[in-house]
Amino acid sequence: MRVLVLGSSSWLGKLVARQLAAGGHEVIGLDRRPWVDPPDGIETHCADILKREAEDVFRTRKPQVVVHMATVTWLAMRGEERHRVNLGGTRAVFEYCERYGVEHMIFVGRHSYYGAATDSPMVHTEDEPPQGLATFPELADLVAADLYAATALWRMPKLTTTILRICYTLGPSGQGTLAAFLRARQVALVLGFDPLFQFMHEDDAAGAIVTTLEKRIRGVYNVAGPQPLPLSIVVRETGRKAVELPEFVFSRVLGHFGFPQMPRGATTHIKYPVLIDGSAFSAATGFRFNWEDTAILRQFRELFPPPHTS
Amino acid sequence: MVVSDEVIERLERLDIRFNEYGIDPLGISREYLAHALSAIEFMHRRYFSAHAHGLEHIPDRGRAMLVGNHSGGVAVDGLTVLASVFFDKEPPRLVHGMAEKFLNNVPFVSQWLCRTGQFTGLPGTAERMLEDERLLLVFPEGARGTAKLFRDRYSLVHFGTGFVRLALKMRAPIVPFAFLGGGEAVPTIFNLVRLGKLLGVPYIPLTPYLLPIPLPVRVDVYFGEPLVFQGTGTEPDSVVAGYVDQVKERIAGLIAKGQEERAALSWGRRSLSAGRKDR
Repeated sequence: MRVLVLGSSSWLGKLVARQLAAGGHEVIGLDRRPWVDPPDGIETHCADILKREAEDVFRTRKPQVVVHMATVTWLAMRGEERHRVNLGGTRAVFEYCERYGVEHMIFVGRHSYYGAATDSPMVHTEDEPPQGLATFPELADLVAADLYAATALWRMPKLTTTILRICYTLGPSGQGTLAAFLRARQVALVLGFDPLFQFMHEDDAAGAIVTTLEKRIRGVYNVAGPQPLPLSIVVRETGRKAVELPEFVFSRVLGHFGFPQMPRGATTHIKYPVLIDGSAFSAATGFRFNWEDTAILRQFRELFPPPHTS
Repeated sequence: MVVSDEVIERLERLDIRFNEYGIDPLGISREYLAHALSAIEFMHRRYFSAHAHGLEHIPDRGRAMLVGNHSGGVAVDGLTVLASVFFDKEPPRLVHGMAEKFLNNVPFVSQWLCRTGQFTGLPGTAERMLEDERLLLVFPEGARGTAKLFRDRYSLVHFGTGFVRLALKMRAPIVPFAFLGGGEAVPTIFNLVRLGKLLGVPYIPLTPYLLPIPLPVRVDVYFGEPLVFQGTGTEPDSVVAGYVDQVKERIAGLIAKGQEERAALSWGRRSLSAGRKDR
């Protein structure tokens, strides 16, 4: 298959591109950031998804499958830019797919779509609406992109569309929301709350995307790994020290004293869990994760020891 | 806190799959359970005089809903049911209560409830617990039931219908139970609703000694034979209301039975005490 990977210079994009190439697929990468020294057999293009050069790649290379990971999850980025990339970019990608005869489109979303709240269901299934926007409005563009992608299921019947909502990932890249949260030696937690965190190894996340392509499933699917763990255990097992702060202090120290910068709304995700049920995806594809939680945390601790011991 | 040997031994026999961190797939922690149950054991065995009757009606494994009356302004009823099924039943089982939503906002309370399997009462959560073959504790009277005053301690207020729809949908047997003694443990004479709302809770119960601290009294829980209703959970209200009434009647019957037995026991104790004085 000729596969176009959008967002190919991201850590997950590179993993997916490599796994696809290793599986014998013809892989084309597109990202506005350059991929320095890509492996042999992976063709790369450097362009903004909303610009003419990106459409030219669709026109000239005629991909059969598109894996769309060109979304921004970095919440510190300006809202207008995130909106342009996440929602405007996703809309453009679907237009290109329809215009240039793409057969299968895989939209890679996040499980944070569901939101964290006091009255959220314990475990989310794919049919649930997003619930966290009232407390975490910064997620709006990602949620909107996910919902927009899902409309292709009825708007574009000839295009097989798959929306994946993948839980947090950890792995050797050291990239991603959870890895960023664990970067410092001391990790701030909200005193009196210890939510379950659901994560999987980044190799398994890439494997799930490749499996989606090979099985060509249609619909919305949650992708989960091992059973969730309390955040305090994740912090402890990665060698970090938990600093439990009352909520009114927690929201004020973010971005200071070595703690990561996060919007105030993200506090709900440090108080309440966002758990997803990945059984529908496993049933549809036969997907099984390879990395257990203990191995994932141990590897992260070894590769990214707390700063004072490095 | 010291963890009792009995708690450790009975925890090992629970039908719960803990991973190597001592956490089950729903986030229940063996360590949190050990500490919480050791504290509850003291309350159950030493502070209160708790007696459970009809434990054989609770299935040894598989899904079921324990449905009963509220009694006592604080959670004495739920804790006694949980303790009875864990300490007095063979084999022990963990009861999962459906907590009020506001509790999930309270620091530490939210954390301890989740780690001990007492999750916020939401339909989706209850379905998942039953799907996972767990034992669910439901008080259909809701907060209205805990707000009963001392004089109304043996009465039943309005029952919601959601629990019957849940049982029908999930094909779960309902084990009715009556809890007696909660009104004596926390003899509420008035509920401070406005103060409660200011503090983020539905109300604050006021007792003759002001604070709603439970008194060390005898409490009884009577479990009845399981009720199994056939259906899908989408039946009209009139049908579901009939099933609700059946459950309510069974609970009322168990309360009446409990009142008789407690009265007989109390009369027996008084006679014995009078006899001693005469001698």
